Amino acid sequence: MHGLYNFVRGPLAWAAFIIFIGGSLYRIISMLRLAKEKDIIVFEYASLYYALRSIIHWLVPFANINSRQRPVFTIVTFVFHICLLAVPIFLLAHVILWDESFNVSWWSLPEGVADLMTLLVLACCVYFGWRRVTQPEAKFVTSASDFVILTFVALPFITGFLAYHQWLGYKFWLILHILSGEIWLAMIPFTRLVHMLFFPFSRGYMGSEFGAVRHVRDY
Amino acid sequence: MAEPARKDVAEKSIPVDIGLDEGAARLTPEKIEKVINTVLAGETGARLKVYVDTCVHCGLCSEACHYYLSHDKEPRWSPVGKVKQTMWEMLKNKGKVSPDFIKKASEIASTECNLCRRCAQFCPMGIDIAYIMTMVRRICHKLGVTPQYIQDTAHSHSATMNQMWVKEDEWVDALLWQEEEAREEIPTLRIPLEKEGADFMYSIIGPEPKFRAQLIYQAAVIFNVAGLNWTMPATTGWDNSDMAMFTGDFEIMGRIKRDHFEAAKRLKVKKIVMGECGHAYRSIYDVGNRWLGWKMPPIPVIHSAQFFAELLKEGKIKVAKKFNEPVTIQDPCNIVRGMGLQEDIRYVVKAFCKEIVEMQPNRDHNYCCCAGGGVINCGPPWKMKRMEGNRVKAEQLQATGVNTVISPCHNCHGGIEDIIKHYKLNMHLKFLGDIIYANMEKPAAA
Repeated sequence: MHGLYNFVRGPLAWAAFIIFIGGSLYRIISMLRLAKEKDIIVFEYASLYYALRSIIHWLVPFANINSRQRPVFTIVTFVFHICLLAVPIFLLAHVILWDESFNVSWWSLPEGVADLMTLLVLACCVYFGWRRVTQPEAKFVTSASDFVILTFVALPFITGFLAYHQWLGYKFWLILHILSGEIWLAMIPFTRLVHMLFFPFSRGYMGSEFGAVRHVRDY
Repeated sequence: MAEPARKDVAEKSIPVDIGLDEGAARLTPEKIEKVINTVLAGETGARLKVYVDTCVHCGLCSEACHYYLSHDKEPRWSPVGKVKQTMWEMLKNKGKVSPDFIKKASEIASTECNLCRRCAQFCPMGIDIAYIMTMVRRICHKLGVTPQYIQDTAHSHSATMNQMWVKEDEWVDALLWQEEEAREEIPTLRIPLEKEGADFMYSIIGPEPKFRAQLIYQAAVIFNVAGLNWTMPATTGWDNSDMAMFTGDFEIMGRIKRDHFEAAKRLKVKKIVMGECGHAYRSIYDVGNRWLGWKMPPIPVIHSAQFFAELLKEGKIKVAKKFNEPVTIQDPCNIVRGMGLQEDIRYVVKAFCKEIVEMQPNRDHNYCCCAGGGVINCGPPWKMKRMEGNRVKAEQLQATGVNTVISPCHNCHGGIEDIIKHYKLNMHLKFLGDIIYANMEKPAAA
């Protein structure tokens, strides 16, 4: 068990970060190169002002028509994404790990708050899963891979929650937690989670076209 | 005794379109695979890849689409639902799809999507679904599977450089005829043909000389009263419309756009003013120019809605009396979501009408008329699809409680006239030109 722990905590963690960072760079650079070759208009019509206008209107809840029409979904998705990013970065245990390993440290979330945020992420995952099963507009375009991705997003939070509370099998849950977190990181560039990387580009391009060429809102 | 009519057949007759049926009958799996992969590899790139990889299958684009809303939120009509039934399948199967699939894909892309781009305002990721649908049409065009009626207009563009098979002498004759008619009203009126160095060239769409000639008359009256220095070409290049853009026949699109720009350049005009048409504006300002390599049109292009607003602001046309009934405005996608002319339209309407009752939603969030994007041009076989596909427009119109709809777009007119008849609404449509012509200050009739 200890050997396995050292493995996931050491070499596998390095591998996950290298795949995540390297894969992300690869996806972005190859996408931009392809755009340069085949979609030159993306650069021709790009406008920083209108790209930012669009991105901001979609990063602020209720700043676009769609989020106003679906208040429940809007709240769920913002809570989900904020917690999803904030918990791994600002969790005290993670900050300590960074401190121990690389001697860098930053602000951390109060433990009770982080615990609550973890539960919120899981509740949102349940909501998304429920939506895919019951809401026709989502169900129609849902494939098995959507549930696989959702599961792998939820897993680090489930296992992290169990490990933190140390109910039973702490070491087991901890190893599973680290492993699932690593899988999650490595998945980002190569699955639909890539929307995290591509969002600013697709949104920015659409914002440029709507704002600079068509003089109209895209939100 | 006659056999009782089969209810299911009577109510839901399946449209017959030889453009799709015979086109698909000629296909082989090898040809389909080759064409799909050639188009995808040769003509698409990072945009399509990012759109497909980034789509998180959330379905949030659904509420944008009038087809989806009008079909009681049945998901196969949602924007992403239509992408799933077409492009996703082509990509997933690497082009190995059946002739029947292509027939269905062409039907979906050509008759179930108006390329109105409202879904682009709803997709959190900024995915351009209209672009994806256009690429589906492009593939179907390359496979020779396009609805017959719109294909016929593309043929007309190709053979005559206009949409309606208007011959060159018929074109000039239509203008002379309208000039003669209008001189009854304003004896000094001219429709100046081939006037080099005029301030602007006025271009219109093929259907105007064909069956809406009074619009040429009205425009001539407005321009003459305003004392403008204008011209129209006596050659091809007068038609600014473009159905080839909507069939995916970009080569023809390029030819007719070049002809249009060249007519203006030959006449050495300062700009092109175009009639009240939405899709033509998209073709000249947004799509056709890009195909020809012009980032922006090589000569300024002004839509009538904007031009009329300018004439009013400059005092070149004046309001004699106001239209005395409340009106509503149908914002055309291609000049509102495509150019932001919503306030120009309202400027003119406010000047000439007593009261505007807005549709909800309106301006750049307005629903499409369901005729645009070439859908009405797919002809009678698909008319019921437009009627059923835009029940929300009928509800939107009815909720205004007015009898007059003003819209500066030919497609909106065609589409909304059909909706008004189908849903038995007591309404009628007007162009901005209609309302200006009828209510502006004019010299007393001779």
